[in-house]
Amino acid sequence: MITKSKEINLTNDRNIKSFKFDGFLFFTISLTCLMGIFILYSASNESTDVLIRQIYRIIIAFVAMIIVAQIPTEILRKLSPWAYLGGILLLSLVLWLGESGQGAQRWLNIGIRFQPSEIMKLGVPMMVAWYLHEKRLPPNLKELIFILIVIAIPSFLIAKQPDLGTSILVMAAGLLVLFLSGISFRYILSLGLLAIPSSFFLWEFMKDYQRQRVLTLLNPDSDPLGAGYNIIQSKIAMGSGGIFGKGWKNGSQVQLEFLPEKNTDFIFAVIGEEFGLLGVLSILFLYLLIIGRGLVIATQASDLYGRLLAGSLSLTFFFYVFVNTAMVVGLMPIVGIPLPLVSYGGTSMVTLMVGFGMLMSINSNRKLVAKK
Amino acid sequence: MASKHIKDHRKEKELFLNRTIISIFVGLLLISVVFIRLYQLQVVENEFFAEKAHGNRINIRATLPPRGVIYDRNGRILAENKTAFQLELIPEQVKDIDDSLMRLSNLGLIDNESINSIKTEIRKTQQFKPVTIRTSLSDNDIAKFAVNMPKFSGINLQPRLIRSYPYSEATSHVVGYLGALSKSDLIKLNRSSYDPNEKIGKTGSELFNEDHLHGVPGFNQFIANARGREIPIKTDSIFLEKKAPEPGSNIYLTIDLELQKLATELLGGRKGAVVAIDPNNGEILSLVSSPTFNPNIFSNTLTTNQFNELQSNEDQPLFNRAVLGTYSPGSTIKPILGLAALEIGATNLTRRHVCKGFYSLPGNSHRYRDWLHTGHGSINLHAAISQSCDVYFYEISNEIGIDRMHQYLDAFGLGQKTNVELTGERIGLIPSTKWKQNMFRREEDKIWYPGETVIASIGQGYMLATPLQLANATAALATRGKRFQAKLILATEDPINKEKKYKNSTQLNDIEISNQKYWEEVVSAMHNVMQGNGTAQNAGLDAPYRMAGKSGTVQVISVGQEEEYDETLLEERFLDHALFVAFAPLENPKIAVSVIVENGQSGSRVAAPIARAIMDKYLGY
Repeated sequence: MITKSKEINLTNDRNIKSFKFDGFLFFTISLTCLMGIFILYSASNESTDVLIRQIYRIIIAFVAMIIVAQIPTEILRKLSPWAYLGGILLLSLVLWLGESGQGAQRWLNIGIRFQPSEIMKLGVPMMVAWYLHEKRLPPNLKELIFILIVIAIPSFLIAKQPDLGTSILVMAAGLLVLFLSGISFRYILSLGLLAIPSSFFLWEFMKDYQRQRVLTLLNPDSDPLGAGYNIIQSKIAMGSGGIFGKGWKNGSQVQLEFLPEKNTDFIFAVIGEEFGLLGVLSILFLYLLIIGRGLVIATQASDLYGRLLAGSLSLTFFFYVFVNTAMVVGLMPIVGIPLPLVSYGGTSMVTLMVGFGMLMSINSNRKLVAKK
Repeated sequence: MASKHIKDHRKEKELFLNRTIISIFVGLLLISVVFIRLYQLQVVENEFFAEKAHGNRINIRATLPPRGVIYDRNGRILAENKTAFQLELIPEQVKDIDDSLMRLSNLGLIDNESINSIKTEIRKTQQFKPVTIRTSLSDNDIAKFAVNMPKFSGINLQPRLIRSYPYSEATSHVVGYLGALSKSDLIKLNRSSYDPNEKIGKTGSELFNEDHLHGVPGFNQFIANARGREIPIKTDSIFLEKKAPEPGSNIYLTIDLELQKLATELLGGRKGAVVAIDPNNGEILSLVSSPTFNPNIFSNTLTTNQFNELQSNEDQPLFNRAVLGTYSPGSTIKPILGLAALEIGATNLTRRHVCKGFYSLPGNSHRYRDWLHTGHGSINLHAAISQSCDVYFYEISNEIGIDRMHQYLDAFGLGQKTNVELTGERIGLIPSTKWKQNMFRREEDKIWYPGETVIASIGQGYMLATPLQLANATAALATRGKRFQAKLILATEDPINKEKKYKNSTQLNDIEISNQKYWEEVVSAMHNVMQGNGTAQNAGLDAPYRMAGKSGTVQVISVGQEEEYDETLLEERFLDHALFVAFAPLENPKIAVSVIVENGQSGSRVAAPIARAIMDKYLGY
């Protein structure tokens, strides 16, 4: 009781006194977005139209980040189950009456068109962190099973749209919280073993084009003009870029449109072709700085909820980067996961930045607690 | 409840830190895999991928070689390339395609019916690639379009080389025509040497000499995007290769255009064929099939309708009767069988047989009729040839025997390929006991009957020959046994330095006859046919040189026998074919001719005058 009232006082105090903000995170994210804008301009064959829309989205996303950063962590925590349940509701609505685009039913139109699956990228880790917050760690079997169900429901709903990429991301975000919560390796091992038979099950569940993507990864030359085309062209773009690249707006693979999806999923190959290995390493370095900062915030968080959520968000961000780059260089099958902060596209940009806003909120919380 | 809620915050924090460190470790491990891959792609295999990226954007456009010209033996042009203008439409440059096509149609520049097929074509092609909407515009059309050009942006007049045949109908079968590449052409051909829009030789010399005439295309490299659209080069750092095309070789045929025109004129659209050969070297002086067609329409605006009309025409104008038509040779083989009979002793120079107008085999009442129902009376071989007595040959037929008939006819090249430089020639058929054995399945059909030998002796029954084979065999009679392979290509000419390479004649094995007298007996009898008391004496009148010939009038049994006849035409279709073979001059022959007029009824009256006129013309009378 006593602590609660104190916290409320602090909250009021904080709202009046300070504007919450993390300079390091803000700087690295801005730099990445700026690089992204330049790359997108070249990738889109110098389309100002694409450029303006992307800048517009970035601005909205930054505003969203700043706003979320001002929300106290406890409020985020208390919102967690509602965010999760609301997300589930919306996902069910999508399946029921959603709008389809490009063969998949992902969109919901309530005044603005948006993808409820994006909510779950944050909703799932929030929910899991919220659930574990009051529990003794590491979680026991009963709690583990509950959490697995919490993760499985939205993942399944999203996979059914079908949006395999987002489904994997949502699953990863939830599982990473679980991992960070200290779940015993015995359970991790059992889950891993369980994954083997379930991958066969997944194969049965997959659509033809998804299976084709897996097969194509194993041997892209088997169908050079069909399913293997993307991966072959992406490797050519990457490889021909060399160490220094062909120069901005000078990549023949990009400019002559041999590289498919160059504004979105394959934009990493644009960096590879035009800026070479050095360009690729620079952007990866920026990503690692952002992730590192996120992990620092997580370890310094004042409470378990903040710690788990910040850790999960940072690691999910890493997961994003890894899956996309591994896909572009032909190490993983093609799943629709864009390169964060750089790929052209609206909703995922906003979600990411809201996540960073949460990181900032968790960070400010710690500072204040420390001051106290 | 209390114990459950007592949390060890330090331990939890340690556990979290522990897991974060593991995550960082795993993350670095994963990202290093990506690093290694990047190093492999961008450093180790950089050259390989740079080459691939270069290959991606470099496209090759073929520059087509001009096709070789075809000349006759005297250097008159039979096939050449002419510039014609066509209208091409670039879809992305035309604002309203429907409207533009409508307006072109209103100007009479395109057919109303072709609009739909043009639209289909436009849908199939990429937006930046020109679509041909009208070929070979007349001067009038060009003027009409030129005046209205500003109203048709995206539609251009383009010059194109098309094949032109100045003596169209007279040379259509021997020269042939061009057509679009078919699927089977694409399979056979080296794809890099042909442009998909190019035309290829479809028949005649155009087909047979395709490799020589076509030449080797050159190429221009250009930069293109993934859809094949040409992109202008921004920098000159890119080296683009170029290669000029090598024009196709010119070809001189052995054909004499004047003879060719005359023969076409003499046949006058009747179904038939004329082949003339120089017996001293096998050079084909004239090769005409009738009715004929205008090959220029294949280069221009041939519509499917026109082609179907040509193909379904029951006179088969596209069919080259001279090498593809097989006919019963009839009495035209009597000189050869006479020679065989003398050589093997089935008769001699003086032996006579009595012709009562028919012949029956011993012990059989079936009558084999002579064309002269009253009979020729007592007659020797010489007269039997010049009068074309059938009974004489019936009498000696079984003494010669079918297999020896086969042997001698075969020696004269009948029933075999002449290996002329044309595609698809027929081999005809000279029957033998062995042939019949292999040909039929039922045992009783496999047996050769004496009656079959009887009718074979006058060139009927199974026997079939092409007009070219008959001319070729007549050439061998003219030279008294010296044979040459029929030859249609006189020379090929290098298109650049105009150096001619003459093609040698191929001499074949001589026909061995033990006694020169036998040759002279047969030739003299053939001379009598035209310039004595023989069947075609009217055709041989008033000639300043000596000639030899042999008529043949055969029942219609071969060409088109399997077809369904139009009943109103039935009568005419069943009329006898008229055949004639001849050579001249008698002592030092310069020309051998075979003439066939389908349903012409009489070899001596209908075919012989044609042969005479050809010989007159060639010998300069």
